[in-house]
Amino acid sequence: MLNISNLHVKVEDKEILKGINLKVNAGEVHAIMGPNGSGKSTLSHVLSGRSGYEVTEGTVDFLDNNLLELSPEERAHLGVFLAFQYPVEIPGVNNAYMLKAALNAIRTYRGEEELDAMDFMAFVKDKVKLVQLKEDLLSRSVNEGFSGGEKKRNEIFQMAVLEPKLAILDETDSGLDIDALKIVADGVNALRSPERSMVMITHYQRLLDYIEPDFVHVLVDGKIIKSGDKKLALELEKRGYDWVREEAA
Amino acid sequence: MSTNPEEFDSIAGKEYKAGFVTDVETDTVPPGLNEDVIRLISAKKEEPEWLLEWRLKAYQHWLTLEEPTWPNVHYPPVDFQASSYYSAPKSKEDAPKSLDEVDPKLLETYEKLGIPLREHAKLAGVAVDAVFDSVSVATTFKKKLSDVGVIFGSFSDAVKNHPELVKKYLGTVVPITDNFYAALNSAVFTDGSFCYIPKGVRCPMELSTYFRINASNTGQFERTLIVADEGSHVSYLEGCTAPMRDENQLHAAVVELVALDDSEIKYSTVQNWYPGDENGVGGIYNFVTKRADCRGKNSKVSWTQVETGSAITWKYPSCILKGENSVGEFYSVALTNNYQQADTGTKMIHLGKNTRSTIISKGISAGRAQNSYRGLVKITKGAEGSRNFTQCDSLLIGDKCGAHTFPYIEVKNQSAQVEHEASTSKIDEDQLFYCRQRGISEEDAVNMIVNGFCKEVFKELPMEFAVEAQKLLAVSLEGAVG
Repeated sequence: MLNISNLHVKVEDKEILKGINLKVNAGEVHAIMGPNGSGKSTLSHVLSGRSGYEVTEGTVDFLDNNLLELSPEERAHLGVFLAFQYPVEIPGVNNAYMLKAALNAIRTYRGEEELDAMDFMAFVKDKVKLVQLKEDLLSRSVNEGFSGGEKKRNEIFQMAVLEPKLAILDETDSGLDIDALKIVADGVNALRSPERSMVMITHYQRLLDYIEPDFVHVLVDGKIIKSGDKKLALELEKRGYDWVREEAA
Repeated sequence: MSTNPEEFDSIAGKEYKAGFVTDVETDTVPPGLNEDVIRLISAKKEEPEWLLEWRLKAYQHWLTLEEPTWPNVHYPPVDFQASSYYSAPKSKEDAPKSLDEVDPKLLETYEKLGIPLREHAKLAGVAVDAVFDSVSVATTFKKKLSDVGVIFGSFSDAVKNHPELVKKYLGTVVPITDNFYAALNSAVFTDGSFCYIPKGVRCPMELSTYFRINASNTGQFERTLIVADEGSHVSYLEGCTAPMRDENQLHAAVVELVALDDSEIKYSTVQNWYPGDENGVGGIYNFVTKRADCRGKNSKVSWTQVETGSAITWKYPSCILKGENSVGEFYSVALTNNYQQADTGTKMIHLGKNTRSTIISKGISAGRAQNSYRGLVKITKGAEGSRNFTQCDSLLIGDKCGAHTFPYIEVKNQSAQVEHEASTSKIDEDQLFYCRQRGISEEDAVNMIVNGFCKEVFKELPMEFAVEAQKLLAVSLEGAVG
């Protein structure tokens, strides 16, 4: 599904990613862990097409498309979804209205008919329950006045509605208390399917207690220096990142 | 966050959708302004002597005035002798009795603008007094209105059929001496709309006029007068759009509203005159005087405007709150793109006790445009217990445009409460990326964010106008990012 090969990325003349290689097959959940400033968020931004990043080398193939050539919206149409670390507030724009516009843009791309307001509300009804999102948040402005937990739940709710093929979860656990974390994790787990891949970016192992990854990668200083399974995350939790660094050096 | 000005720059260029000229023979007075021209206009319109004298007095006063230079706008001096001051479609000669007799080209013009007069008017239940150039060509729903005693039609008709009403109220809100452009308008106005709502009548439908400038090089001087008698209620819609033109066209309208005891006037405008091309060439100069006199106790006037057009806008719909407990409201969205300049706002003059006013202004600037809010809140000595709330927000798209706020507050009564809030923000790249990551195109995302910004104003518009206004913003912002 996703094949990242020798990806080098610069931000304002500083090389942040220094040759990332990662292959994600359909249905797999990959966790990317690493210390602050290792390039985790840069990776999620480059995959989703945010401006301000210069790719100097390497390729990213997504379902036989050269992902790096596509605009953010084209990537979304193909099924790339980013759950933001810091979901933005958009005053005056109705949450449900925006999501309906997004869904219809994606449906149009897929050659499906657009949903009208009635059909849309019927369609999202169950999805709201999935993350226990209060229904009144639907009619509020996008993320405006939402609590930290509500914002993250809203991200997973959007993911449930847009049904992406590849979901990138950028520090979805940050700022969540344990109850909220559990709700979000349950939501994500419910969305796991053999056709859907996930890349989870996180600092901490605790998210992985709730969402079990198939693979764990350690990103340090712009490179994946170690990969393993769930046990690797536990070890990192216990021993920190230094030993991996030493091992790699 | 990295900003990308080039990206915004390219959205800032887009074509004017309403740019086309209808080929209709016009009966146009040669360019120039003098007493003879004014006599000619008055004669062509078969006006009574008192009106001619009123015009001439205004003209004499105008000669003593200087063009104002205080607005925050820049343009080459206007040559008032280069404009023609009267132009009527030829079809007026055979005076259409119904829509069927109207020159089909005129109707076609409205169709192109998305205003299917026939269907639209009927479906929406709107009486349309369509001003094409300077003479009204079609008026519908006359009967339904006259059944309840509402007088609604062209200003010329009102002068002929209801001279006593016109004489009683004309110039009582905006006197001929008010300002340079108001004096000019009083001297040479050609037509406009007149509306009178009798005592206790709630106007059974929304009233609407579509203005349109068509004949080349013709200044437009509309005159609108709306009188709401005691206990009456009316909602008036005004919408405009103009064809593409190279030379600058001057438009100096005067709108007077009179609200007597316990009456309410809601005046909504969607303005989309040709703003000039992406290099700032051409476009309408819109120098308008709009004022409401809340003469009666408990009277209320709401101005709602969505301004996207004109090269230069100079416009301050105002309320004189004379009657006790009277209420004035001003809701405005002003969008400027490319080289457009707007200096717009309102004046709320509190004279009566317990008068209240609300001002919500949303300015949006893109391209190289300059957008200024200028507002005056004046609480006079006698305005015991008066209140004002002002909220003034500016949104910038790109980094070559400007937003300016000039709030003037004069309070002469200790019991008054005046609140002012202001904000300036940029369309945030994070917001755009968020929407695009969800699959929404950049242009749709900008529209969505801008519409969200304007929401408080749009909800004040009558439904059909709110939809039109949203479309208009989308069209006006086409190419402002991307």
